[in-house]
Amino acid sequence: MAKEDVLLLDFWVSPFCSRVKIALAEKGVAYQQRGEDIFGGKSELLLKSNPIYQKVPVLLHDGKPMCESTNIVHYIDETWPSPPLLPASAYDRARARFWADFIDKKLFDAGGNIWKTKGEDQAAAKKELIQILKYLEGGLGDKDYFGGDSFGFVDIIAIPLTTWFFAYEKFGNFNVEEECPKFAAWTKRCLGRESVAKTLPDPQQVLEFVSMMRKMHGIE
Amino acid sequence: MAASDVKLLGARPSPFVNRVQFALNLKSIDHEFIPQNLAEKSELLLKSNPVHKKVPVLIHGDQPISESLVIVQYIDEVWSGPPSLLPSDPYDRATARFWAAYIDEKWFPLVRDLRNATDEQSKAAAVEKLFEGLKLLEDAFVNSSNGKGFFGGEKLGYLDIVLGCYLGWVRAGEIFTGLKILDETKTPALVGWAERFASHKAVDGVIPEPEELVNLIKMFQARAAAAAADASTK
Repeated sequence: MAKEDVLLLDFWVSPFCSRVKIALAEKGVAYQQRGEDIFGGKSELLLKSNPIYQKVPVLLHDGKPMCESTNIVHYIDETWPSPPLLPASAYDRARARFWADFIDKKLFDAGGNIWKTKGEDQAAAKKELIQILKYLEGGLGDKDYFGGDSFGFVDIIAIPLTTWFFAYEKFGNFNVEEECPKFAAWTKRCLGRESVAKTLPDPQQVLEFVSMMRKMHGIE
Repeated sequence: MAASDVKLLGARPSPFVNRVQFALNLKSIDHEFIPQNLAEKSELLLKSNPVHKKVPVLIHGDQPISESLVIVQYIDEVWSGPPSLLPSDPYDRATARFWAAYIDEKWFPLVRDLRNATDEQSKAAAVEKLFEGLKLLEDAFVNSSNGKGFFGGEKLGYLDIVLGCYLGWVRAGEIFTGLKILDETKTPALVGWAERFASHKAVDGVIPEPEELVNLIKMFQARAAAAAADASTK
């Protein structure tokens, strides 16, 4: 496949963009990447491709735009079937979609509430995040990855969000590994994977970005 | 497959439960509907959906599946014969999933906002936002239906189910506020679609009558007012 056929509109710190990059790497799909200036001015192409949300990631395949990261990962899995990201059985696929939906609805917002607030609100947000991670530990069970022996769909949906945990821990004053050791072990396992290690930004840089956002929001 | 092999834990007024019922009906899947009391949740519900503790839950054999969109996709994959609910082309599927997420996360909450609006100004503002969303959905319908009657084309498909389940609550919202939401002068294609959808045999009888839902709205509002009064006197 020619490189120009697949284009990703990207922002370096976005865990949602990372999901798409990891999925494409797992499939061995060559693509072009264009960094968006989220604060300075979004490109014409982004605004035209995603008029409703005006957000990254946007994947353009043969010029056809797709939005929403979980949706895009689904598309990548269906369009380049090998190796499969979703499990084989319909029930396991339903479980994978359930966890992806849970992560999408809960995890990033809970983390956001930690760095955006202080005092009682922050304590409540921390509690919520830990509860979410405990649910995810339940979903993982004794398996190496959410889908079983192989790295797959839910792992891709979840792992990029962990790059923000260092920032949550700093501002929330807690430690994910102490509270959820199984989740921390899964995180390390995924980070050992080439597609993940090469894609994810350094948590220290994410922390600096979040610090900047806090200042912008007037939180101190 | 015996009827007892497929169970649906649900509550009749829930549009998310209705979605699953449409899918089961479209695929002619025998099933047992087990109504749930959401004020006092059953052991079975709590065991089957421990994370969210919500309906709908589909129990197939002894395996529970939760989240209405996940359930509909599961039904489509397991009972893979016609009619297909999701489109076959990956890009069309991505488009369908995009609109499903938009409807659930952005558009339907606006109907709730309208129901909860107490004064004329906020009602009017809520209706304005609803219309903006409906214009987008009107375009999505025109693109998706290819000149045919449903989002899925000639037959009911995924997006018909995803949006159609809300029609009872939309109608209830119109009765309750006295304002039009589905307006043939603004979104004629969707108005036509809504009539065809409501009279489809897989849909008929599933969605409660709007009057029943209006009574529920009144009950929710009374409860919310009582709770607010309680809280302010403590």
